[in-house]
Amino acid sequence: MELNMAISKKFPGSFDLKTDFTIAGEQVGIFGVSGSGKSTMVSLIAGLLEPDHGEIILNGDCLFSSERGINLPPQQRRVAIVLQDSCLFPHLSVEANLIYGYRRCPPRHRQIDVKSLVSVLQLDGLLERGVNRLSGGEKQRVALGRAILANPRLLLMDESLSALDDGLKLQIIHYLKRASEKFRIPYLFISHSLLEIRLLTDQVLAMGGGRVLGQTTPEQLARERMGQSQVGYINLLQVEKLRKMGGLYVYRWGMEEIFVSAGDDEPMAVFELSSRDIILFTRHPEAVSARNLLKCTVMDTFPSGNKVGVELRCGHETLIAEVVVQAADDLAIQARTQVYAVIKASSFRRLS
Amino acid sequence: MPILSSPDSDAIVLSIKVALTATLLSLPFGFLYAYLMTFFKFRAKVLLEVLVNLPLTLPPVVMGYLLLVALGKNGWLAPVLEPLGIRLIFTWKAAVLASALVGFPLLVRSIRLAMESIDGRLIQTSRTLGAGPLDSLLTVILPLSRPGIVAGSSLMFARSMGEFGATIIVAGNIPGITQTIPLAIYDYAGAPGGERAALALCGVAIALSVLVLLVHESLTRKLARRQ
Repeated sequence: MELNMAISKKFPGSFDLKTDFTIAGEQVGIFGVSGSGKSTMVSLIAGLLEPDHGEIILNGDCLFSSERGINLPPQQRRVAIVLQDSCLFPHLSVEANLIYGYRRCPPRHRQIDVKSLVSVLQLDGLLERGVNRLSGGEKQRVALGRAILANPRLLLMDESLSALDDGLKLQIIHYLKRASEKFRIPYLFISHSLLEIRLLTDQVLAMGGGRVLGQTTPEQLARERMGQSQVGYINLLQVEKLRKMGGLYVYRWGMEEIFVSAGDDEPMAVFELSSRDIILFTRHPEAVSARNLLKCTVMDTFPSGNKVGVELRCGHETLIAEVVVQAADDLAIQARTQVYAVIKASSFRRLS
Repeated sequence: MPILSSPDSDAIVLSIKVALTATLLSLPFGFLYAYLMTFFKFRAKVLLEVLVNLPLTLPPVVMGYLLLVALGKNGWLAPVLEPLGIRLIFTWKAAVLASALVGFPLLVRSIRLAMESIDGRLIQTSRTLGAGPLDSLLTVILPLSRPGIVAGSSLMFARSMGEFGATIIVAGNIPGITQTIPLAIYDYAGAPGGERAALALCGVAIALSVLVLLVHESLTRKLARRQ
């Protein structure tokens, strides 16, 4: 997918949006706080709003051009949307919702068939149900399926996970990734949650005040915003369960073993760990109550507000920690320094 | 002697026929009007709104008289109607027209309320899923307006059943031809010994109204269950 958007749109008395960017990729994010213009951009791409000036080009096809007098109506753009509230048609069954876009898609564009989509999203048992009898997660799965079955050339996910709790969020993330990979549907994932952006995209546009502030990777953006975040940088650790020991769960994380109190019997898991929950020692600490002691190498340090971010390499894995400037100076933390990272077993938060 | 005479039965049948025809004929126009007023912005919107709602505030007799002036033999519309051989005044069709005009604002109000309560994002979603404006209208707006259509139709039917002022002027009070239940009751009320028949027709009118309300309730519940 390649999207070029050089447009301006004024909303008298409130807001004006001006963008000029080209982004290419299959899993692209748009990140910004509320009011930054993300949703307006979605409406402009989908053809639900008309820019005042400019051009929107998707995969070489002009969707809008004020100069050439082109403004494709939404039904001809093949850009489907999944919104925060699933927006399922309440008068239709799950099945009828699912095939709404499919039946309107010209046969030559129908590459995804209903049966395989239903199987990938595990919707088999829900087809006959009325949509008001679905849970929040099921609704969002149906909305996702409905959008994918329209066989769009771009899927716009506008804060699609914001209304879900963490468990459901991860479930939908899993389904979205699975469906996007299997059916090769590129998506533009719009969110104010950096974590969602990191889990779902490989590059991101940062927006603020109706402007695109920059184009970067989600990891880089997370590091840049670490100082402004109340929880620091969230490390995401993909782990594999090894055993249970005492009251703790032991997981394999790269070449390391980590001890976690909030584990369970699932063989694979993702844990969150805040950069603020990592304590660094330059010498091997003795008699520590924390259950995790990881020997790491400092790869890089970077300023993060009034603190210093520290990129650590533990085996093949990377961790980001943060320390106050004074601590960084006292310990002389710099690239290639060997350190010990101490982490309490209770600092890990289960994500999936 | 039966409580209801043959002209009374005619009046009952005619009332139902007039109310049903007026409601069914008004439905597509009411739906389109509500659609226009809900989803479009245009200059003459306020004027149109006032015109359509005028029958709610005007005395029905005034409506009837204006219809008479428009549709009469030498009326404003005579040059159009006469060559086509259309004669409306003092026929049951005039009663339909009178009922339609008077009941139209009630029909439109209910449909509009239903349309205004439709989440605009549902319509937008349908558009991004490949539906054109007409497709969206038929597959999203129309089905989601059904509670309003049912409520508006019931109200309009009931209002048409009770229509008196405009009907008597434009259709007259001809037993068996244009005499509806209210007009027949009016006749009995003015005639000596007509109380029994008048009360019997009142009973029929009440029964019909209760039936309409019951049908309305049942349909509304059914729709609510489905949605």
